[in-house]
Amino acid sequence: MLRSPRPRALDSAAAAPTEGVPAIRATGVRKSYPGVDAVRGIDLTVAQGETFGFLGPNGAGKTTTIAMLCTLVAPTAGRIEVAGHDTRTAPGLVRRNLGLVFQETTLDGDLTAAENLRFHADLYAMPRATLPARVEAMLELAGLTAWRDRLVRTFSGGMRRRLEIARGLLHGPRVLFLDEPTVGLDPQARTQLWDQLGEVREREGTTLFLTTHYLEEAERCDRVAIIDDGRIVAQGSPAELKSVLGADRIDLRTGDDREAAVTLLERFGIEAVAGPHGLRVHAENGAALVPRLCAGLGVPVYEVTVTRPSLDDVFLHHTGHRIRVDRNGDAG
Amino acid sequence: MTLALPPRFAAELRAARMVWRREMLHFLRDGTASLVALLQPLLFLFVLGVGLARLFAGSGGGPASDYLMFLFPGVLVMAAQPAAISAGASIIWDRQSGFLREMLVSPVRRGTLLAGKCLGGATVATCQSTVVLLGAGLVHVPYRLGLFVPLLAELALTALAMTVLGAVVAVTITRPRTFSTVLGVLMTPLIFLSGLMFPISAMPGWMAWAALADPLTYAVDAMRQTVVARTAAHPSSTLFAPVAWGGLRPPPLLELAVVGAFTLVSLGVAARRFSRTG
Repeated sequence: MLRSPRPRALDSAAAAPTEGVPAIRATGVRKSYPGVDAVRGIDLTVAQGETFGFLGPNGAGKTTTIAMLCTLVAPTAGRIEVAGHDTRTAPGLVRRNLGLVFQETTLDGDLTAAENLRFHADLYAMPRATLPARVEAMLELAGLTAWRDRLVRTFSGGMRRRLEIARGLLHGPRVLFLDEPTVGLDPQARTQLWDQLGEVREREGTTLFLTTHYLEEAERCDRVAIIDDGRIVAQGSPAELKSVLGADRIDLRTGDDREAAVTLLERFGIEAVAGPHGLRVHAENGAALVPRLCAGLGVPVYEVTVTRPSLDDVFLHHTGHRIRVDRNGDAG
Repeated sequence: MTLALPPRFAAELRAARMVWRREMLHFLRDGTASLVALLQPLLFLFVLGVGLARLFAGSGGGPASDYLMFLFPGVLVMAAQPAAISAGASIIWDRQSGFLREMLVSPVRRGTLLAGKCLGGATVATCQSTVVLLGAGLVHVPYRLGLFVPLLAELALTALAMTVLGAVVAVTITRPRTFSTVLGVLMTPLIFLSGLMFPISAMPGWMAWAALADPLTYAVDAMRQTVVARTAAHPSSTLFAPVAWGGLRPPPLLELAVVGAFTLVSLGVAARRFSRTG
């Protein structure tokens, strides 16, 4: 495997004050456009090396927030630091410390994969001596070594996205921002991309900050912030967020639901309610309860479904509505 | 670092060089378009030029070859124009395709990016008109190093001026269709007023004043004076009467300074506008 040191040396001045500092710290960040409050006060801290997911429906303020974190948009109020540098007073240092993968492609289709990377290297004034090895290492990370001299316009959507990630990492940023990284990719390309991101974390130790409206992607993050209508409504690890909802949900279809409900209350001390297809009960550890229910209920059990709380349930719990997910048409 | 430059400056220079290089790669990879773009000025010179030259000679203005020689610097400018404009268009295109964001989020100054882009466009434009320049013999302009070197330098500056003008429009107007319309409306009077096809001495008073406000007038005139001064020809005076401010005739160097100043101011304006956009 090709390995090359992260090109930290190029900005030793930028690296010096950042040890032990959170990768991202935002306090009271707001953004208003005429007539619209896109972001209504966001506080968040992302530790170095963490994979942080920003979960919310489209239009919730995710892209605006990323644009502010990346110095592309100035916040109306609040303070943002990336790797210890203020986005207002030191935008240059912030930019050196971050890599960006946008929702839409920002590659030059008329250049080859390697040329796109070289262009990036020159924009970030990377040291020339270690550059060829670094370019090769990033191409290898993207699985594009064999494609290095092909024009990017011949690439598939998944290859382009992987190349964008490789490019975003080329200058060794502390934080890689990914705005909806898997939108528009087929399932196989999505899996490959997540494999690549896993390797990025392992090899480069980069902090990943990604926005998504796909729940299964949020599940892969160390921590998730749920954003709705320009505000963060909940924040924590996926498990923590789900533990707020507590119990698992068990749906039962039995030979005699009324009899079963009585038995549940008398023998198990569990109160059952009417569910969509029979009875519904809540329990701490649903899977362990199922065999005991089947044995002790005294009526035939035709069907049992145990549902763990999902992030969508968490989202519903905090916002009163669900994230609309439409894989084919991209949620509206 | 190669030179004893401050690292920040060296980094900007390197970024500008890469932006320039990208324009070159695009140019070289799109050879068909570049060749086709050359047809227009050649047609201009050999169809319109020959026709007008005969009309000129027929009406007793002087030998037809005089008019062709008169037209020649203008044709060089015309040859440079499409490539110069397409540099502005490529800013629009980069914005549409998303690549512009890759440049905008980098730590490089926006003015540097713009300068690299304009120098790239000007280089391509100069290369294109060099091909036309090689046809000089066909209109009885002699092949002399002492003529071609200054002519090329003047051409490069003129190309840069046109490129920067395109860039100003490109950073102001972001919609592709509006861009080409606006630039077309802007470029046409600049070209026709520059004394490229007919001399300022043939213009009515109001038009002559407008011509004096056109930076291309000075570029074309400087090139024409260069051609006249370095050829043995004794061209008819009506066509080749130089630009004059009242009774004062600016020397070519001053005329080039005017073009240069226009270019720098325009680049400054474009860079400022560019820094404000997201």
